[in-house]
Amino acid sequence: MIIAVVLGVGALLSLFVAARTVDPLMEVHAWTFLTAFILGAFALASHISSPPRGEPDAYELGVVKAGVFASVFWGIAGFTAGLVIASQLAFPDLFYFENAPWSNFGRLRPLHTSAVIFAFGGNVLIATSFYVVQRTSRARLAGGLAPWFVFWGYNLFIVIAATGYLMGVTQSREYAEPEWYADLWLTLVWVTYLLVFLGTIWRRKEPHIYVANWFYLSFIVTVAMLHIVNNLAVPVSLTGSKSYSLFAGVQDALTQWWYGHNAVGFFLTTGFLGIMYYFIPKRAERPIYSYRLSIVHFWSLIFIYIWAGPHHLHYTALPEWAQTLGMTFSIMLWMPSWGGMINGLMTLSGAWDKLRTDPVLRMMVVSVAFYGMSTFEGPLMAIRSVNALSHYTDWTIGHVHSGALGWVGYISFGALYCLVPWLWKRKTLYSNTLVEWHFWISTIGIVLYITSMWVSGIMQGLMWRAYNEFGFLQFSFVETVEAMHPYYIIRATGGALFLTGALIMAYNLWRTARGDIRSGEQNLTPAPSTPSAQPIAAQ
Amino acid sequence: MADNETDGGEIEIDDHSGVETTGHEWDGIKELNNPLPRWWLIVFYICVIWAVGYWVMMPAWPGITGYTKGLRNHSERQNVAAQITQLEEARAEATQQLVAAPSMEAIESDPALNQFALAAGASLFGDNCATCHGAGGQGFKGYPNLNDDAWIWGGALEDINKTITVGRRSTHPETTNTMMLAYGRQGILSRKQINDLTEYVLSLSGQTHDAAAAIRGAQEFAAQCTACHGADGTGNHALGAPNLSDAIWLYGGDRATIHETLWDGRGGVMPSWEARLSEAEIVALSVYVHSLGGGE
Repeated sequence: MIIAVVLGVGALLSLFVAARTVDPLMEVHAWTFLTAFILGAFALASHISSPPRGEPDAYELGVVKAGVFASVFWGIAGFTAGLVIASQLAFPDLFYFENAPWSNFGRLRPLHTSAVIFAFGGNVLIATSFYVVQRTSRARLAGGLAPWFVFWGYNLFIVIAATGYLMGVTQSREYAEPEWYADLWLTLVWVTYLLVFLGTIWRRKEPHIYVANWFYLSFIVTVAMLHIVNNLAVPVSLTGSKSYSLFAGVQDALTQWWYGHNAVGFFLTTGFLGIMYYFIPKRAERPIYSYRLSIVHFWSLIFIYIWAGPHHLHYTALPEWAQTLGMTFSIMLWMPSWGGMINGLMTLSGAWDKLRTDPVLRMMVVSVAFYGMSTFEGPLMAIRSVNALSHYTDWTIGHVHSGALGWVGYISFGALYCLVPWLWKRKTLYSNTLVEWHFWISTIGIVLYITSMWVSGIMQGLMWRAYNEFGFLQFSFVETVEAMHPYYIIRATGGALFLTGALIMAYNLWRTARGDIRSGEQNLTPAPSTPSAQPIAAQ
Repeated sequence: MADNETDGGEIEIDDHSGVETTGHEWDGIKELNNPLPRWWLIVFYICVIWAVGYWVMMPAWPGITGYTKGLRNHSERQNVAAQITQLEEARAEATQQLVAAPSMEAIESDPALNQFALAAGASLFGDNCATCHGAGGQGFKGYPNLNDDAWIWGGALEDINKTITVGRRSTHPETTNTMMLAYGRQGILSRKQINDLTEYVLSLSGQTHDAAAAIRGAQEFAAQCTACHGADGTGNHALGAPNLSDAIWLYGGDRATIHETLWDGRGGVMPSWEARLSEAEIVALSVYVHSLGGGE
């Protein structure tokens, strides 16, 4: 009922805006919203008029399936966009069309970052959190159709964001480029997500809340807070796409990096730690190593992370005391981050032999190793004197990607490889050999990516600070750009390998969902602890 | 965990590790009751102690009216300002000499000062000129090569200095504004006349051409072009008219490009750097460009 009202009001608002606007970009988006709301209304009507399917207490797995599909789709879209812009950096003329501004690096770059973080990562998080919270609470998702509203609403936000970037709609806030109306829509969707999640925990049949759910909850709550504060803005007109931020100058910079850094912290770290805390023990069939460590590292992590943002603004107009706080909190963050790595890796104790035969588990363990590496590198780079060398160089890009490709990518792939046989009730994956291929091709890709960025980043930093005997700069900027060319080619190659691996995964998952098993497949272990989608009553 | 029993869970001992569980289970997942790893806790405490120590030493916590300055009274802004002053002082004498030198030729003949000028010039060139003229001054289409001895506006030190200072076809009041007219587009000459002229210009640099057309073109050249490019097409530095009789071309010396130049005209802009660079910097840059190879 509430959803029907939201769709109705939304449709009227979009029609109003579409009719009144003088901004052609806003008009495109108003029609997009209107189309989505009308389609949503049709879907709702057909759902209400059709007889109820399935048992009412059974787990809601349809929305998780949809989330898996969306994750793979957006993942491939985002990795492809990444490969295109990496190639454009190596060969600037590539994909350049005189009258097609949308193909420029400047518009494709936010498309890449948002597609991989929010479209791919976000859908993985929504899908896995909906699955995990049901299984570990022994309760069906709360809110009736609300989880479906979250799924479609979130993906509508992504379509609005992505088309906006290509058309040139942006508020120029890193990782928060969508304009005010998209932000408002996301706020509505996100609050619904929070209510669904809390409602499900509320009706749990377990006495305690499982650690994965603490992490998911911290992710949902904190991202809501970050999103709202960072996007506080005044639209120029209610029927126009442009808005102006509430913040200005160095306060604005600090707000943006408070948001940006904690998007890494609470979207890409705690959210994915939630995935790790369910899928690794499940796949390894081993208990979590230490309950106490999970509590201590959870609270220390979320308390300390939120302070570390100013390390993105070393040696800027930001007052030095704020830089000090950002740096020292980053150092203190090292061990709380590593708590997750220890708990993930030590959970394997007693199951290490499975790494030889189970490439999915291996992928998740390597993911935790990359997590450990990038959460060590992060505090290191937050030290002011190290940052003096690393800041604004490709080292930062390499650091981000060791976390993004290695940690976020691999833990997500591992979760998807687990989920598809579980959701579609298949005994095994279509092919373990293809997972092996995915694993090795992507791993080589990641290694090429991060090593080339280390070399080019450190070289770049050293060239920028090289002086001759009279104190004049040794190199011009363009010379440093020329020097990075070969590393850009290596990086793009690494990205191509990572994308290839993801395409292999998509094929493998699709065949798994269809129920095929590859002929001549060796080494087929049954998916461990295949959970049947039991009604809760059976427990 | 004494309250385990009250949760209704059963404490069990994990076979592999011999550690007891917390007695909870979620969807088949249990938790071991291992203590915090000692090394983990110690390193965490060390990091916290280090952070507190750093706060004591350095500017750290904000208050109502200011912030804690720290025992070291450290200020990055003052450090940077001091370093810049120090660098300026170290360079002051040589910089002064660049401006005070009787002529730029005098700078070139003083080895120490020349070396300083070249070092400064190379750095300035990289930051300001390389974008258009290339990192090595090799130029691109429409942006002159500075390594050869063909100069459009003159390659003597004074000429180079003037080009940098006031620019060419720039917004500076003293700049030069002569330019190649769009003979075709503006209807000054007919298409046939331009075709003939193209053949004649090709003949000037000894390229293959249509001899009959070139003879017709020669008359148009005498009427339209000699005022700037000279009777023999060797150009004129004062007007920025390039030499058409050599093999060096700013936009290209092939038939199609010459035709395009005649039809659409040309008017490449060199910006004025007077507002952006100091007098001494422009002197250093002039000496550097002069040294690149073709200085006159």
